This record gives sequence, C-alpha cells and structure tokens, in this order.
Amino acid sequence: MIPLSWFLIVAAILFCIGLYGALARRNAIGILMGIELMLNAVNINLIAFWRYITPEVLTGQVFAIFVITVAAAEAAIGLALIISIYRNRETVVVEEIDMMKW
Amino acid sequence: MNVMQIAFLVLAVAAVGSAIGVVTSRNIFYSALLLIGCFFAVAGFYVLLEASFLAAVQVLIYVGAIAVLIIFAVMLTERMMSEKKRAFNEQWWVALIVSIFLVAVMLYIVVTTAWPATGAAAPADAIVALGQTLLSTYVLPFEIASVILFMALIGAIIIAREERPVGRAGEEKEVED
Repeated sequence: MIPLSWFLIVAAILFCIGLYGALARRNAIGILMGIELMLNAVNINLIAFWRYITPEVLTGQVFAIFVITVAAAEAAIGLALIISIYRNRETVVVEEIDMMKW
Repeated sequence: MNVMQIAFLVLAVAAVGSAIGVVTSRNIFYSALLLIGCFFAVAGFYVLLEASFLAAVQVLIYVGAIAVLIIFAVMLTERMMSEKKRAFNEQWWVALIVSIFLVAVMLYIVVTTAWPATGAAAPADAIVALGQTLLSTYVLPFEIASVILFMALIGAIIIAREERPVGRAGEEKEVED
C-alpha cells in the first residue's frame, strides 16, 4: 500500500509549481496553465483523503467532480477572454493589458 | 517496495517533471503539450487510488477538452509569443521565493502530521454509490454545476465572437469607414 503522505507530498509540489507559473508567467495562457495545475493538485488531495480516510463516504470524489466542473468553466471563459483581448489589443502579455490601470 | 509504489514513483516523476516543464518552457506550445502529460500522470494517480470514474473524467475533460481548448488559444495567439520574448515578469524571483517557502511549509506539515489512515478497502461499487450520492445528498450543487457550465458556455461564445454591427432584423449593416 502506498502511504497517504506520498500523495500529499506530490500534490503539494504540484500546487507550488502551478503557483509559481501563475505568479511569474507573462503570457496569459501560461497563467491559466498554472491555475489548472493548482486545481489538479487539489483534486489529488481530495481523492487521496477520500481513499485513505473515509472510503465509505464519497464526499471527496463528489467535490473533485465539482472542482473539475469549475475548472472547465474557468478555462472556457478565460480562454475566450484571452482571444477577445488578443483580437482588440494584439497581445496576450498581461503586463501590456493595463487599460484599467492608471 | 512493491509494484504499486514503483508505479507511484514513476507517475510522480512524470507529473512533477512535466509540471516544471509547463511553467519554465519559453515556448508556450511546448508548455501546452507537457500539460497534457501532467494530466495523464494525474489520471494515473486516480487509478492508483481506485477512483476509476475520476480517472476517466480526468482524461475526458482535462485532456480531451481543457488541453485542446488551451492549444486552440495558443494557436490563435501564437504570433506574438516568439521564443525571443521573456517568459517571466520582473517579479519572478519573488514568486520563486513564495513558492519554495510554501512548498517547504506544506511538506513540513505533511511529514510531521500523523494521518489517521484507516486502511479500509475501497467500496466495490464506488461508481454506483457516487451516482447515488450526487443525486441525493448533493443534488442541489449538482444542478447548480450544470447551470454554471451552461452560463460558461454562453459567456464564452459571447465574449469570444467577433463583434460585427448588425441591423435590427439580424442582417449585417454596412460598415462606414
């Protein structure tokens, strides 16, 4: 049997890699990829806790499904925004999208 | 070390390695391809955790829908992102310090906590139980999730479509230059 802490360690590392991507990337699509990595890490945690601590109650799996749903909605809206901004401003670099900053 | 643990270590190396590639690659298209590898590795974790439905959903939604959407967006905006441009902003070292600090804190907590693992076997009919749970205890969030997906679909279409001036009856108006 794999120890529970192994899954938690991998999920923590994946989360922080995604956090670094979301904070440091200049490309808006790269930021979205970092957010997807973070959501994946959260899902690994949810499923691991379900499997090891409450395998008879399926709350962990249900929450993972809701997280995947929200991730899909977020990716669709985010990429639509990026395409729209690119069409108007010819850039996807977040530092150059500053028309609401003064 | 049994077979499961070796499979876990292989998947962990694949997941972490491709995730590092995703955030550090200068070419955003390689990032998107490595992201698919990372999603597959996470699906492998779900198989190891005996969550077969989640593994299938992971492959279908993340690899089949989200990764393809991301590649579409990369293709539509690729011209700007030549490899000569910087991939990171000026604050990348702050982000690196924050990330390393956070991962150190989380690893310390994970290693020092005594997790109350039961060791009980997973239910044999987990998919049946999952469906019943979704439609009994969590039926309200389930319906709200479907509304969210619907609104996201409409919103994405409205945001991303090309704006052309249209007349009252729906036919296109002459654009005056």
